[in-house]
Amino acid sequence: MTFAGLTPNQLLFILQGAGWTVILSLLGFVGGSVIGLPAAVGRISKNRLLRFGIAGYINLIQGIPLPIIMFLCYFGMSIAGFSVPALVAAAVAMTAYCSAYLAEIWRGALMSVPKAQWEAAECLALKPFQRLTHVILPQAVRISIAPTVGFLVQIVKNSSYAVVIGFAELTYTARLLNNSTFRPFVIFSIAALLYFAICYPLSLYSRRLERRLKRG
Amino acid sequence: MSYQFDFSFLYDYWPDLLAGMRLTIGLSVLSILFGFIFGSACAIARVHGGKTLRTIVGCYVDLVRNTPLVVQAFWLFFGMASMGLKIGAFWAAIITLVINVGAYTTEIIRAGLESIPRGQKEAADCLALRRWQVILYIELPQAVERVYPALVSQFILMMLATSIMSQISVEELTGAAYGIQSMTFRGFEVYVVVAVIYLVLSWLTRTMFEVIARIAFTRRRLRTPL
Repeated sequence: MTFAGLTPNQLLFILQGAGWTVILSLLGFVGGSVIGLPAAVGRISKNRLLRFGIAGYINLIQGIPLPIIMFLCYFGMSIAGFSVPALVAAAVAMTAYCSAYLAEIWRGALMSVPKAQWEAAECLALKPFQRLTHVILPQAVRISIAPTVGFLVQIVKNSSYAVVIGFAELTYTARLLNNSTFRPFVIFSIAALLYFAICYPLSLYSRRLERRLKRG
Repeated sequence: MSYQFDFSFLYDYWPDLLAGMRLTIGLSVLSILFGFIFGSACAIARVHGGKTLRTIVGCYVDLVRNTPLVVQAFWLFFGMASMGLKIGAFWAAIITLVINVGAYTTEIIRAGLESIPRGQKEAADCLALRRWQVILYIELPQAVERVYPALVSQFILMMLATSIMSQISVEELTGAAYGIQSMTFRGFEVYVVVAVIYLVLSWLTRTMFEVIARIAFTRRRLRTPL
């Protein structure tokens, strides 16, 4: 029994790859959020050194291709004495990548909260941390949801760069299958379709959120 | 830590890195140039075209923007080869990059075209310009000026994305690095050097587009940030 010239086992293999793509994307997003949120807050702090330090980190990550970050994590962690599976190296690289972009997105959201809100919070005698968590962040979250969902699409697509360090996500499994079956159009069409099935709903959702936000 | 860093490979393999850099720059320049032209044409078609044309361009944009560049490159490169069409890795890379960056450019320029005030088109009509003249001389330049920062960011991402073309055997910078790494076993050091080169290239790209902006947008009527 075959489907488009592929056996059920081969199809299962490629679906497994899609599963790892989702896992890697989630790891990148969670890790990126954990670092990206404090970075976004630090980016608007009054401390000049902190601001410039974080800006430097963001420019560094955004100026290097993700495949190179993948390689650096992969080789860097092995010379630091950890023998790590490709998943860990890929997850660390995705974390670094996502944190830089999420920090910029969220900084934009924080900055688009009107300044009067900060002042009003201060008048209510809230401490700086309380001002941020009780007044500013809830409003910034509302603004940031649409671009964040949009960035999820980038995360899923760019997780495909883990192919360079041999992590068995969707692109890598598709390539392995192509090497053994040599049906590139079928296999890479299936892979593209799976990516599309993950990304397109997110794109549509992001677009809808954006429209809703514009209407207010 | 007992690991000794060793950058001595630079002495022997610098020509390889230079050749890789040249290829990276070549890929970037060609794909940005043709991607911009193609994307502009698609954006005009998306705004002014008939219903069928608009739908086709819309599908193209959605399809490309929701699948990874690597898969697009594999599909084209391995797919073409399986059909007996040998166009070579370099041109397969260029075609993939142009199709890819074209889709993003379409969306960006479309947003610019849609934000042009109606008065501009009406004024152009009053001057008895033809439809294509209005689009080419009035709408497109203003649209590009309006969305210039977004375009530049996209082109820098494009330059960085050429690094994946080593996967289809184009020996650009990342490919050259992989080759050196497999001969010297100095993976970390090689990629540190390459990362620095990419940083310099990003900075150069940004500077170059600032210079282009200064030459191209002399009148600055829009006062949008560049």
